[in-house]
Amino acid sequence: MSALTGKDNRVEIRKTIKLYIGGAFPRSESGRTYEVFDAKGAFLANVAKASRKDARDAVLAARSASAKWSAATAYNRGQVLYRIAEVMEGRRDQFIIEVAAAEGLSTKQATKQVDAAIDRWVWYAGWADKIAQALGTSNPVAGSFFNFSIPEPTGVVAAIAPQDSCVLGLSSVIAPIIVSGNSVIVIASTTAPIPAITLAEVMATSDVPGGVVNILTGDAAEIAPWLASHADVNALDLTGALDPELAALLEREAAGTVKSVRGAQPDADWHATPTLSRIRAFTEIKTVWHPMGV
Amino acid sequence: MKFEYAPAPESRAVVDIAPSYGLFINGEFVEPQSGSYFKTINPATEEVLSEVADAGQADVDAAVKAARRAYDKTWSKMTGRDRAKYLYRIARLIQERSRELAVLESIDNGKPIRESRDVDLPLVAAHFFYHAGWADKLEFAGYGANPTPLGVAAQVIPWNFPLLMLAWKIAPALACGNTVVLKPAETTPLTALAFADICQQADLPPGVVNILTGAGDTGRMLVEHPDVNKVAFTGSTDVGKSIQRAVAGTGKRLTLELGGKAANIVFDDAPLDEAIEGVVNGIFFNQGHVCCAGSRLLIQESIADQFVESLKHRLSTLRLGDPLDKNTDIGAINSHVQLTKIQELSRSGEDEGAERWSAPCTIPEKGWWFPPTLFTGVTQAHRIAREEIFGPVLSVLTFRTPDEAIEKANNTPFGLSAGIWTEKGSRILHMANALRAGVIWANTFNRFDPTSPFGGYKESGFGREGGIHGLGAYLNVKDPS
Repeated sequence: MSALTGKDNRVEIRKTIKLYIGGAFPRSESGRTYEVFDAKGAFLANVAKASRKDARDAVLAARSASAKWSAATAYNRGQVLYRIAEVMEGRRDQFIIEVAAAEGLSTKQATKQVDAAIDRWVWYAGWADKIAQALGTSNPVAGSFFNFSIPEPTGVVAAIAPQDSCVLGLSSVIAPIIVSGNSVIVIASTTAPIPAITLAEVMATSDVPGGVVNILTGDAAEIAPWLASHADVNALDLTGALDPELAALLEREAAGTVKSVRGAQPDADWHATPTLSRIRAFTEIKTVWHPMGV
Repeated sequence: MKFEYAPAPESRAVVDIAPSYGLFINGEFVEPQSGSYFKTINPATEEVLSEVADAGQADVDAAVKAARRAYDKTWSKMTGRDRAKYLYRIARLIQERSRELAVLESIDNGKPIRESRDVDLPLVAAHFFYHAGWADKLEFAGYGANPTPLGVAAQVIPWNFPLLMLAWKIAPALACGNTVVLKPAETTPLTALAFADICQQADLPPGVVNILTGAGDTGRMLVEHPDVNKVAFTGSTDVGKSIQRAVAGTGKRLTLELGGKAANIVFDDAPLDEAIEGVVNGIFFNQGHVCCAGSRLLIQESIADQFVESLKHRLSTLRLGDPLDKNTDIGAINSHVQLTKIQELSRSGEDEGAERWSAPCTIPEKGWWFPPTLFTGVTQAHRIAREEIFGPVLSVLTFRTPDEAIEKANNTPFGLSAGIWTEKGSRILHMANALRAGVIWANTFNRFDPTSPFGGYKESGFGREGGIHGLGAYLNVKDPS
């Protein structure tokens, strides 16, 4: 396929790759873009380069969406995540082409990754109404109380997506954060951001309330410190922060408001079946002492 | 009406305090390589109780090395069944020596013997007993089929519940197969040193538990030590933040249990006599030296005046004085530094326009004391409504609707605990759901149990202690993706 014309000699319509904030697709308020190339070095697109202001706008959008999303029933959240898988399935071919180009994979390899990503959403969708049963407890305290502990969403989570797995890794980071009722600001892979924005389009058409998922493209080293120090962000997921100095900086910034931090994961095997640890990392355990008596 | 009581002092004869203590490293008491010592003082009398070692860098190195060796050679290789047996032994030894430990705690800390005897010590023993049973059942705890320990845990604890905080740190760490180096607070080292003696009596393998006494510098050296795998801290939010910064980038696992400014919310349908007792227990238990203390009373407007009057009446009957007297309700403030902080924040309450009332009570001539105090006319902007006082000072605010109570209760950077007083069960659950705090007490306050996870939201920290959730802080969970 030529860069200028499709196989039917039609001049193709190229997509402007913008940010995804609060359910809308704005350009960066800074007006900046950066060039993105495929794995062989051919130009793909000018992609929005998010700024500090964009990061703050995304936090605002995430916080605004938080109350309703965290209060949605678990059954409802499960259906919304399942709907993401349904809509991804319809765009399966597009994802395969984009992932193959972005990561330099064969069609077969890209297919494997996209299929695993779609299945990952189905896996996490099923957890929505089981988290409280798997992570919650009733506790046999000495006294006349019904004492129970339940997981609750931590709130607003900022995440750095894996650099090298632009759809499967990205999905494996977002899904466990939002399934429990958190909202997220995720910084996509810097070198492979286009599939992330296609995933944003899936979010926008999958009953995911605007602001629950916000996707920023650009340079994580530039944007992430603002998120790590932001007082309205409750937790950090540094999965894709593979530069140890950047990760250490972000962990230090997180200390300003005692955010919980999940560290970088350089050796992740995204095709392996996950554990509950990501869901656990972005939930808080609340314990209630309820009196018993007549 | 006030009843006069004859003094009923608990005997000090059950404790034997040495004139000087070394560090507990590798199963033995050793003199510190730093060569320096500091004094620990009875806050009720200002009497010097003993001199304890001030651990320096070489001592920290030696303790971490002993813990590492014990981890590699003994403790991580031992079966869970055998680890359990040691923990059961320790639980029993604590029960057997609980009278002695309670008296020692009250002498070094200043808390009433009624509390150290009836609350602290039973909970300490229960905590070891509960965790002993986990040691050989970790595969059933929900952390995967084969959860493994982390290694050496560096643990730094506060002075408000010295032995109880030690139990919260050491019991889960050992049950999960870790070894520990623990630093008790500078002002309350004695029960931790008595615990070291218990480790010897239990024949716990050398190096599994190491106790380093010292001040903030010792704690900093310990958490920054490169051969430590896990850091657990209970204390102030400021120090917690500095530890989180220090640990950044090291890969050490971290749990923090920090400050609080808990709302204790009383609705107009609450059982009022019970609520009065609960509010008193919420803030005046342990002289208010409690991170989860109910330091903000939120009272529904329709009953506010009557409730505050009843509260003042009840506070007037509290007995302040000798911590070893079994009738004492309010003991000594733990240190002169803490007393100064309480006095400074109380002055700010008056300066900012709140109205102060202190219970009329006789303050002993020696020692550090602060009368039970409440402020009315407090707004959310006042420092006494925002900052942790960590003393017997209650700020009273009012609300009209449940929504207003929720908004005010959550209007704080902290999120450790909250209280709800109402006869309506559905309201308890509605409020509990809306409050952003890790522990919610309904028609009770300051109640603890080893099976019940404890820990905070937001700037009150992360991680839980106690229950099945507390085990996660000391286990290495395999995690492919």
